[in-house]
Parts: sequence; structure tokens; C-alpha cells
Amino acid sequence: MSDELVRLENLEVHFPIRGGLTDIVLRRTKGVVRAVDGIDLVIQRGEILGLVGESGSGKTTTGRVVVKLTRQTGGRVVVDGLDVTNLWGTRALRPYRRRVQLIFQDPYETLNPKHTIGDFVAEPLEVMGIGTSQDRPQRVLDALDAAGLRPAADFAARFPHELSGGQRQRVVIAGALVMAPELIVADEPVSMLDVSIRTELLRLMLDLRRERGLTYLFITHDLSLAWVLADRIAVMYLGKILEIGPAEAVIRSPRNPYTQALVSVSPSTDPPEGEGVDERTILVGETPDAAHVPSGCRFHPRCPVAFARCAAEEPPLFDVGGGQQAACWLVEPGAMPAA
Amino acid sequence: MTAQHEARGRRQWPLPKQAVPGAPLLEVEHLSVRFRMASGPSVKPVDDVSFRLDDGEALGIAGESGCGKTTTALSLVRLLPANGRISNGSVKLFGIDLVPKTERQLARYRWREVSMVFQGAMNALNPVKRIGDQIAEPLEVRLGQPRDASLRRAGDLLELVGIPRQRAAAYPHELSGGMRQRAMIAMSLACDPAIVIGDEPTTALDVMVQAQILALLERLRKELGLSLILITHDLSVIAETCDRVMVMYAGKVAEEGPVRRVFTAPRHPYTARLLAAFPNIRADRRNLEVIPGSPPDLRTPPPGCRFAPRCDRAMPQCTEEVPPEVRFSDGVRVACHLFPPGAEGALSGAAAGLAVVSTPSAASPPEGSRP
Repeated sequence: MSDELVRLENLEVHFPIRGGLTDIVLRRTKGVVRAVDGIDLVIQRGEILGLVGESGSGKTTTGRVVVKLTRQTGGRVVVDGLDVTNLWGTRALRPYRRRVQLIFQDPYETLNPKHTIGDFVAEPLEVMGIGTSQDRPQRVLDALDAAGLRPAADFAARFPHELSGGQRQRVVIAGALVMAPELIVADEPVSMLDVSIRTELLRLMLDLRRERGLTYLFITHDLSLAWVLADRIAVMYLGKILEIGPAEAVIRSPRNPYTQALVSVSPSTDPPEGEGVDERTILVGETPDAAHVPSGCRFHPRCPVAFARCAAEEPPLFDVGGGQQAACWLVEPGAMPAA
Repeated sequence: MTAQHEARGRRQWPLPKQAVPGAPLLEVEHLSVRFRMASGPSVKPVDDVSFRLDDGEALGIAGESGCGKTTTALSLVRLLPANGRISNGSVKLFGIDLVPKTERQLARYRWREVSMVFQGAMNALNPVKRIGDQIAEPLEVRLGQPRDASLRRAGDLLELVGIPRQRAAAYPHELSGGMRQRAMIAMSLACDPAIVIGDEPTTALDVMVQAQILALLERLRKELGLSLILITHDLSVIAETCDRVMVMYAGKVAEEGPVRRVFTAPRHPYTARLLAAFPNIRADRRNLEVIPGSPPDLRTPPPGCRFAPRCDRAMPQCTEEVPPEVRFSDGVRVACHLFPPGAEGALSGAAAGLAVVSTPSAASPPEGSRP
């Protein structure tokens, strides 16, 4: 268990809210958006960690901190034993950027319509000065081939508009692979795609892990995608991790009421059984805005089983066995079981 | 007229004068749509599609991008792009064929009889108009109602979809994604339409908000007896909200029938593969099926069954002949050579009614109308 690749310690990203020009000039803030509000997370080498949450949960911000696109306001980021918390600047980050790559959601926005696929994949090599002008084309072809775009030479000459959505996302993956990274942060990589194409890409991601020992931070709002791909799942809500553990445990025996609700509404193609046996827990309202985080447990205003203590004290992550942890007073060791 | 009016008891407005007594709510027969392309031959994104929607029923149209599901729905009230037109078939609402209608005549049906809920509510709503005004607009424009009555009804509609009526003064950007989608639904209900079409109404939403919107649609169906056509690539949405499902592939109907029948015992191999590819947390992990290949280019559709090149059960016949649509006694209609006419449970010509065997017509039939 010692082979950890990423460690986030008490990570915090607070964005100041500034009301107008005078606030900016006077460096005055009207409050803070607590996008990520103190999370601890460890990703083992070769592991796929699924970071699941709704809009505004802070999952994307967490990913952006890991790839060093967003500056944290507190906590530590350690990658492969190296503290990169205060590593900033293009030059200083260069070696880091080779090792950690980001894949975005929208393959239509990511690709420059005027560049060929080959240009797109070659660009990071040129920017980073990797390889020589002689061996770059071969690296590009290898990456395209690994991403399943075959024959690679044929695809390298094409333009984005000639490709389908699934192929575009493969190009984006090839653009990450060409750097031979160790960690890929994939932010909703398949959410824009059709169901049948999704599964192909998820399979590709699993194959690449097997062949290249890749580690993924897989960010998604869709619990069922995390279930299919991830080894462990972390559920985020309003900047905090409410539950984390092996995928099997989190999905089959969720302990936090928020996870339980998410699991219950997770899409299924099984038609509902008859009338009135709805086992779904549909939460009322929407995730509050991260500038006004509720007191105590941040989920308590929407929690179906909240009690007095939940509004007053924030529960830490309690160990519930089997590597699973849940932040809920109901699973506190020695707590009364829920009535 | 009165008898019919009572039969559709929830309707506030009288039916159009030309309505045929006793006709089904919506009957689409042999609908084909052609898109003229800038270069090369035209394509047929919808090719000989027939279906029917009864009063109070919810029909889901499923399929991958480009299968023609949205084009089918848009062609019902002819909201096709400029290069598209209906090349064949009929769309009968209350027995009135809408295909030969002129634009002006169609205006009577758009939104008033057939309204739509679009995917991106932020793009569909006017950003500089208060949502109350936007909901009231069709009432004033289409039904000629006075402004104060329209605004009052807009408030009622907002409450119906779970938004406090005071929020009528809000602009779209002041609402969350889920609220905007609710406002969009309220707007679609404004004229008390005969049919509401939802085009991916929950696709861009969070899981929990999606569950809320689906629960809302379910409630509206129960309370208002809404007739719904739901277009989505997400089979789970159909499983949860629809009575019947129509699976489309490359512009044609692959399989159609009661949701429970089709989803638990799919006949068409494409339906089966599509269901197996759906990530489901109630199933085992990592046993995801992949449908090899991609849908055909509609400029050059394969001869025979369009799914044959990707089908693992394809037979020699499949690449040569277009499979006829065969209706079964359990209400399922399927177009696959594995289920030929006369197969066990298949209904024979007379009993099968609508679209037993669709004629794979190559020649372009006489043009009905041109927008």
C-alpha cells in the first residue's frame, strides 16, 4: 500500500467573491466560495479513483488543482513523494506537466478545427521540446495507434470535422498519451458521447492502464460510470468528501445518506416494478451554493435522516471497515443505529 | 364534437374543426424526410417510419446520435432545417394530415397542439425576458388571451411545475439548471397542448435534478393525462417514464413496443446490444458490451438491414433484403430477418393493422407539400 502516486492533504480552494471594481482595487472580498473545503485523498499507482459529485461539488476544481491549473488556498499536494504544492511557473512545471495530463469533457471544443489530428497530437511534444523532429512523427503515430485510431497515418492527416465524437475523444486521449504520462485526470471524458461509444472509450481507458500502468483520477457526475471504471469511488458534496471506499462497497452498501440517495436514483434500464414500490430517494432542492455552506454537516438541510447534531457539528470521515469511510454521525463508532 | 370533447376531458379548448371523430391522437405513417446536401445526393435521415400515439400515452424514441429520432419529432410540426423536407408519408393529428398544410395553416398546430421541451433550457429561453412573460407569451399570441389572464396562468403553471409563482419575475440566468428546465416544461404546457415532445429534456442535468424532472413529468402525466413523446439516447429515462418505446437505427424503426417487453426481452439484436452497453450500477462491473463499428453513413446506407454490418447475428439475407416490420401478439413490432413474417407469435396481415410490412420503396413517391 506504500506505492502512492498522489496525496492531497487537507486541500482547500476558496475563491474570493468581489462585488465590483472598487472591491478589486481595494482587494476587498465580499465572501468566499468554498469550492474545495478540506479534503484528503490518496491515489495509489495504477489505481482508478472515481471522483463523483453533482455540479458545484468541487470535483472539477480538485482535478484542476492536481494538474496545477488552479491554485489551492490551503493544504498540500504531493505527487510521487514530491511536494508540488508550491511548484508554479511554466518552466518549473514542465517536468510535472509531462507526467500529469488532463482530458476534458468536450472533444468538440478541445480540438482546433484548422489543425490536423497529427498537428494536435504533436503540439505538446513541440511545446515541451520532447524528442527530435525526426522521431516526433513516429511518437504521434504510436499515440494515435494506442488510442485505437487505426490506421494511425490515415487519421493523422485528417481534420477534426471528419471524425465522429468518439474518434475525437480518442484523439484527445492520444494527445495525452503522447507525453507518456503516469497520471491522467479525466474530467467527464465520456459524458458527451453516445452510450455505445462510451463503453468503447471506458474499455480503452482500462486497456491503457493495463498496458502502460496508467493511474486515473476519473471525474464524473455519473455514479454508474464510476462503478464501471473505478477501483475506488469518492463522493463529493459541496467541497467535502462524504464517502470514499472500494467501488463495490460504496455502491452496494453506501453508508452516507447522500450516497444512498445517489445510488437509489442512479439510472437503470429496468422498468419500475408496478405502482407505488418506488425505492428511489429523490432529494428536494439542489446543491446550495458554495458561498453559503450550511452549518454542521453540509448535507443536513437536504438529508432525509438528519437530526439535531447534524446542524451543529460537522462529522469527520469515520472508518466503517473494508477501507470504506463515511462522513455521517450515523456511522460514528458506538453511535445508535438509525431508528 | 361534444362527445369527442368529453372523451378528451382534460382539454380546455375545442378540437380543430377538421378533426376526424374517433381518430387516434397521432398516427404517423411511412414518414420519410429528405435533407438536401451542399454536394452529393440528398440523405434520408428518416426513412419510412410509422408509429402511433394514443391519448395519455408516453412514447420514448431511442437511438444513437444521427439515428433520426430528433428529425422524426421535428417533422411532426415541420420544424425541419431549411434543407429538409418531408418527402413521403402522413402525420395525422386527430385524423388531420399535417403534411399538406401550408406554413400558415400549421401555425395553428405548433405549440398550441404540439409543444416541445428542448435539451438546453438556457438556449431555448430568451435571456432578456422574465420567465413569467415567456410562459404567458404563447397564451397571448396563440390563444389571444388578455395579458393579465395569461400572466395569472403563467403563475399557475410555474406552481404546477414546482416553482413559486413569485419567481415569474426572474430572468433565466437567475434560475438554476433544474429550475430552467421546469420553466421550459411550464412553457410547453401553456396552451394545454395535445402532445408534448421532450427532446433530451434531462440530458444536461445532474443525476438528482434529472430524477426530480422525471418525477415531475410522471406527476404531470398522472394529473393532466399528458401525451408525451420523449426523445433520448438514455434508455433509463424511457424505462422510467414511458409506456412504449421505439428504437431507431439509421433512420428506420428497429423495434417498437411496450417498454417492459422490449427492455426485458429485446428481439432486435440492436436493441439487445444497446441495452447491454448501458452502464448500470445494479449489474456486475466491467462486463460492458460494445457495439463494434459505427452507424452507417446515410449518404450511402447499406443495402438490406442497416444494422447488418455491425450485427453479430447477421445472415446472408440481411445484407441483401430490407427486413420487413413484423408485429407480434405482445404488441412488439420488429424489423429483423430473425423474426420473419409468420414467425411464432407474429400477427398476420389483417390483424396486425398499422405498418405490418412496410414497403421498402426506392422510388420517390409524389411530393405532398413543400414548405
